[in-house]
Amino acid sequence: MGFIWFWLVAIMIVAYVVLDGFDLGVGVLHLFLVRTETERRTTLASIGPVWDGNEVWLLAGGGTLYFAFPLLYASAFSGFYLPLMIVLWLLVLRGVSLELRNHVDVGVWRALLDGVFGLASALLTIFFGAALANVLRGVPLADDGFFFLPLWTNWHPGPQPGILDWYTVIGGVVALVALTLHGALWIILKTSGDLADRASRMVKPLCVQLIALTVISLGATIHVRPACMDNYFNYPFTFIIPVGVVASLAAIWVFNRKGQPLKAFLSSCLYLFFMLAGACWGLYPTLLPASTGAERDITLARAISGPHTLAVGLAWWAVGMTLAVGYVVFVYAKFKGKVDLASPGH
Amino acid sequence: MTAELIHRLHFAFTITFHYLFPQLTMGLALLIVVLKSVALKTGSEQWDRAARFWGRIFGINFVFGVVTGIPMEFEFGTNWARFSQLSGGVIGQPLAMEGVFSFFLESAFLGLFLYGENRISKLMHWFSAVMIFVGSWVSGFFIIVTDAWMQHPVAYDRLPNGQFEVLSFWQLLFNPWALLQYCHNMMGAVVTGSFVMSAVGAFYLLEGHRAHSARIFLKVGVIAGLASSILIIFPTGDLAGKYVAHHQPITIAGMEGLFKTEAGAGMVLIGQPNPDTGQIDNPIVVNDLLSFLIYGTTKAEVKGLDQFPRDQWPTALPLLFYAYHIMAGLGTWFVFLMFVSAFLLWRRRLYHSRWALWALLLSFPLPYIANTAGWMTAELGRQPWLIYGLLRTSEGYSSTVSASNGLFTLLGFMGLYALLGLLFTVLIYREISHGPEPKAKVPEITHAA
Repeated sequence: MGFIWFWLVAIMIVAYVVLDGFDLGVGVLHLFLVRTETERRTTLASIGPVWDGNEVWLLAGGGTLYFAFPLLYASAFSGFYLPLMIVLWLLVLRGVSLELRNHVDVGVWRALLDGVFGLASALLTIFFGAALANVLRGVPLADDGFFFLPLWTNWHPGPQPGILDWYTVIGGVVALVALTLHGALWIILKTSGDLADRASRMVKPLCVQLIALTVISLGATIHVRPACMDNYFNYPFTFIIPVGVVASLAAIWVFNRKGQPLKAFLSSCLYLFFMLAGACWGLYPTLLPASTGAERDITLARAISGPHTLAVGLAWWAVGMTLAVGYVVFVYAKFKGKVDLASPGH
Repeated sequence: MTAELIHRLHFAFTITFHYLFPQLTMGLALLIVVLKSVALKTGSEQWDRAARFWGRIFGINFVFGVVTGIPMEFEFGTNWARFSQLSGGVIGQPLAMEGVFSFFLESAFLGLFLYGENRISKLMHWFSAVMIFVGSWVSGFFIIVTDAWMQHPVAYDRLPNGQFEVLSFWQLLFNPWALLQYCHNMMGAVVTGSFVMSAVGAFYLLEGHRAHSARIFLKVGVIAGLASSILIIFPTGDLAGKYVAHHQPITIAGMEGLFKTEAGAGMVLIGQPNPDTGQIDNPIVVNDLLSFLIYGTTKAEVKGLDQFPRDQWPTALPLLFYAYHIMAGLGTWFVFLMFVSAFLLWRRRLYHSRWALWALLLSFPLPYIANTAGWMTAELGRQPWLIYGLLRTSEGYSSTVSASNGLFTLLGFMGLYALLGLLFTVLIYREISHGPEPKAKVPEITHAA
């Protein structure tokens, strides 16, 4: 049961990153990509009907984590208290600013809302990347499985680190660049003309940066947590995951050059999937490593709920997620194709 | 200030602000289905326009509900970690179910309802409204299930490490407490929706324009308002009260300010409970009424607070007493106002009775107060327990998060929510000023296939 729930939660997190990832990326990108109000409206309209549903994956994933691994949920959420609260404020500001710009027709206020939306999106990507890096690096767990991290200490990933150190900052930057690229590919897919061309030209430099950052983050992770390679050497076929990372990056590049935006976007989805799957596999069966000694790690066996809870959970989860995937496919099908601004008067 | 108090205030403040939005979402969702159904049946553009207008209000309100709701799921872990670690296996389930069964549904059909009217059929648009209604009401159900388990834990077992575990999915879902509380709460949401709709109708008529839309709003608002105002008292409030009296007698004693056990207990209408002297100051009492309401006979004995050890008394006794009395007092006003309004509507005099329109207009904030007071009654009444009889509130908050850090983020939320409140007021005011007339200024965005 533990194995199943580990991967179910992991899949929900991947779904969240892949889906909300592109609307976060669009948020970052629209700050410096769009030139006219029409372009801005087109860009935002490409995520308007879906961003809220994308964010539901965070809630559904969080809820699943909550009942399947209560100790992990309780420990991580209270230990990462300050950054999570900042994430909440950013999510609030981002949602409100995106949704309300259509109800405001004063230029100054629109500019403000756009700025808030872009900045909140950028900070969220950085925080999410740093959060994952925090989990990979480990946190100073006490014997009871709890901890509390300050925002920063001496910027080094030692036994008493802060949320931000040089390693987790790298994680944040990787997420920023990866999701900005992801957003650019979405814009290419959903818009046309000058806007799509400009987004397409940004793909190349973003790809180059992402390749460099992926290599750096991989090296840094092995440096900070050498044990993350154990699973790979024990099961060598799982080296398919890093191979998948490289292949999907290359595919983004190639498909974008060939002018096949859907394939490029899907490659980016795969890249995110492989990166996250690689991290999960590097940790398994640990859920939250301790920087204070491996005997304090929160492991799968330690955090998993009781058998009745999991049996009950699996039954409704399977039904509910089947429905949920159905809605998601339905909505994306209804809003498929490129966004165009059409005036009813023309 | 202790860490426990800060964490309680943190949750209380954020949940109170949050619930200002879902109560209108859930109430309006039902009323929009009514509007859309009439429009579909009669083909009336006026009713469709009314549905679109309330859809815009709904959309704004929904966004504020979503963004203030996300923090709630996080706060179980951030501020109530020890409680979450022990009870996550149980209450994490309905919370996750809300996301899986309700939020996906709502977000999918809301996008279609608000953005997609010109690319789907009229029937499909009506169907989207129905699905939004289902989604929002199912969402409310899972939250009530969560709360009901904390009020009245059922279908659980304890593992050797102290954690709670679910034994039966259906017993958790159909906890009798949840069913009663759900009916009562949803009627409260419909009261909010109907009062807001009536108030906007009254406003337009008093202003002397948009008479046609105003009459639709008043007709739907007053009829739904009368029905829900009655249902919230009888049978839902009555049954919920009796269930509380049976399972949490100390809570009823606290709500009613009944310090001493009495046969033929009276009901205090107004007064100030004094926990030190064990008396109600300046009381106005109806003799025997409390015994009658709970047990159906004026002679029955009702347990007072004196029957219980002091350390089990609700911790904020006067606030509990006031919250309950504010709820009940306003509930009485709702029935009276809606009864009179419905009578005038039936006699075809409502649209010209300016005094009644003024009363409807000025009453729109009251359901918000009553719903908030009702929830305060439920949650303060549960104290000092987090899970009734099993886990004290003092054992549940995050011990690693200091009072200082808690205060820091509480102040942050207060500032942010003050801003949101301002923004919401301005936006809703603009929509109401603009009215149900179609907007034609900006080019419409379509998604060409």
